[in-house]
Amino acid sequence: MTGGAVTMRPPGPLPAGIQLTPDGQLRHFLTIEGLPRALLLEILDTAESFAGVKNQAVKKVPLLRGKTIVNLFFEASTRTRTTFELAAKRLSADVLNLNINTTATVKGESLLDTLRNLEAMYTDMFVVRHADSGAAQFIARHVAPHVSVINAGDGRHAHPTQAMLDMFTIRRHKPDFSRLCVAIVGDIMHSRVARSQIHALSILGTGEVRVVGPKTLIPAEVENLGVRVFHSMADGLKDADVIMMLRLQKERMQGALLPSEHEYFQLYGLTEERLSVAKETAIVMHPGPINRGVEIGSEVADGSRSVILQQVTYGIAVRMAVMSMAIGARAGR
Amino acid sequence: MNLQISQGRVIDPAHGVDRITDLFVADDRIAGIDNAPPGFVVDRKLDARGRIVIPGLVDIAARLREPGQEHKATIASETHAAAAAGITSLCCPPDTNPVIDSPAEVELIQQRAHAAGFCRVHTIGALTAGLKGQTLSEMAALKAAGCVGVSNALQPLANPLVLRRAMEYAASQGLTLFLHPFDHALANQGCAHEGTIATRLGLPGIPTAAETAAVGQLLALVEQTGARTHFCRLSTARAVNMVARARYDGLPISADVCAHQLFLTEQDIGGFNSLCHTLPPLRTRADLETLRKGVAHGALAVICSDHQPHEIDAKQAPFPATEAGISALETLLPLTLRLVEEDVLSLPEAIARVTSGPAEVLGIAAGTLGVNQTADICIYDPDERWQLIPKRILSHGKNTPFSGWSFTGRVTHTLLGGRIVYQVDSAS
Repeated sequence: MTGGAVTMRPPGPLPAGIQLTPDGQLRHFLTIEGLPRALLLEILDTAESFAGVKNQAVKKVPLLRGKTIVNLFFEASTRTRTTFELAAKRLSADVLNLNINTTATVKGESLLDTLRNLEAMYTDMFVVRHADSGAAQFIARHVAPHVSVINAGDGRHAHPTQAMLDMFTIRRHKPDFSRLCVAIVGDIMHSRVARSQIHALSILGTGEVRVVGPKTLIPAEVENLGVRVFHSMADGLKDADVIMMLRLQKERMQGALLPSEHEYFQLYGLTEERLSVAKETAIVMHPGPINRGVEIGSEVADGSRSVILQQVTYGIAVRMAVMSMAIGARAGR
Repeated sequence: MNLQISQGRVIDPAHGVDRITDLFVADDRIAGIDNAPPGFVVDRKLDARGRIVIPGLVDIAARLREPGQEHKATIASETHAAAAAGITSLCCPPDTNPVIDSPAEVELIQQRAHAAGFCRVHTIGALTAGLKGQTLSEMAALKAAGCVGVSNALQPLANPLVLRRAMEYAASQGLTLFLHPFDHALANQGCAHEGTIATRLGLPGIPTAAETAAVGQLLALVEQTGARTHFCRLSTARAVNMVARARYDGLPISADVCAHQLFLTEQDIGGFNSLCHTLPPLRTRADLETLRKGVAHGALAVICSDHQPHEIDAKQAPFPATEAGISALETLLPLTLRLVEEDVLSLPEAIARVTSGPAEVLGIAAGTLGVNQTADICIYDPDERWQLIPKRILSHGKNTPFSGWSFTGRVTHTLLGGRIVYQVDSAS
């Protein structure tokens, strides 16, 4: 029987290696941080094997037939949820989408109560998005041993499948990470994507990782994550091989983080002209959805160096890889 | 009843006493030290050989959760825990529900504490009505009801003008202000120290400046008003240095630190450990070292528990959604003794920080073993090694991050006004 029984554990420090089985296989996918390089490569290689599935007439493989995957979204998302759903369906799993609007539900109901309510649904995997950093870890800590948790974004903390599809995209274009200079541009402060990208790039041995943005959008002591900080695009993009743009939320204009979208685009928007200081072969990435004219100009977003739509496509293969590996690790025990 | 506590190592920092001797208690008072007073007939003898006899601890900040949050703890449960921890006087901040802003709440708390009979409970009254930060509370009435000071707890004040006037008015009534240096705008609803760990975990950060900017403003207003002010729960190195400097310059201020800030850092929240979610947040190793120096040099004259018991559900959520605070009564003395083990300060100095130091700040007759003082006494076995197991602590709040820690030194007896209110099971 595969019931998602919520176990009650007292709060405390998280056991090390909660993401891995004793023999080192992926059990939950919560954060890139701390994962071995070989595992990241295994995810990328597995995703390569799935990348061909989309070209077949029947786009399904039967790996997760009979398994039930719950998309548990406490925060609105269309793109991420859709790609997880497609990935699960291509693996022949049954998918349940639960959009839990935390503002609409009674504020008093705790996350644990919500999980307890899901106990009755016999499920094998939770794909979780939540507005609080640490939510995925918290859920992984409390689910029954046979349930896997995949983090689809928790607060500002991590978005590991996005980072892996970014790595997949980079590797397809530039296989040797050690020779790359990667610039991550924009709102690093509030970005779970940036944090996961930094960890992934660092574990894969990237030559140089830079973050570029005004001080109001750069988190404190971010250099300790192994990145160089730039406040000007001209310096930050110089000789870069990969430029990873981040989405700028419109609400950042409130709270005195930025004066206006106009000035932001003047200083940090990616235009063809700005791009000219990067390497000629540089690729431009963006996790979407794009704010044209805020963080990126249309001529770049739709230009020849943009791999933004490839990222979306690869997202399905990478999520298939992670889901099949996590459920496979449990089946193998 | 006449009690002789014989041959313990008696440490009374307020009187410079540190020797193996006898202590004599007549009814609720200390009747003599070394020699029995004339005509003293011993009714009961308590053998304290190998034990240390100190004044009952004075804890400057402990939330009892009553009235208003009895699902977390009650006055009876927490004062019982205090007695087991050797604490005989504690001070309750005004952020109960309803808040302590009128004599009625003070009386209620006093009655419940008296009925429980484990520990003296003092109250700090609200600085502003309802702690809303807008208008002054009726401070004279609060003082008459027994409040030892006024505070706005962790609630913000509308503006510096309200603060200035509250300070002037409190000073006029002879009330000490207990103020938390915490700039709410700069803290910006953060939940962890703004630094490497918060950046790594994606937790909204509380910058050092949220404390130092507030300390700077408070110091300017103390200088302006002359109001006697106690700075609550310092957490940063810079604030310790600012306070030490201002004390050197003669400002009428004092400051405290809670015991866990002397042992835990931002590193401890590493795996989203909600038990280490505190306000102010756990800071860096460098901050911890300077806080320890402040305690050693006396700039921080008080170590407190900042006890905040929670029901376990309050900690069972993603880190930012959990409630801040540690259940800390029962680790106050163990952690303070550990500072001595780690050569931060001498044993008498350490004892002073949890007895005479806080008593002086609160202006209460406690924290000493002087003749004719109320016989509030803690006796502990300095050699007993024990391990903290959360479910075994007496506080209703089991939310301690010190689970599994080993401590040396354990309370065997607590006397409140000459009456034994706690005695460890194995003690004779």
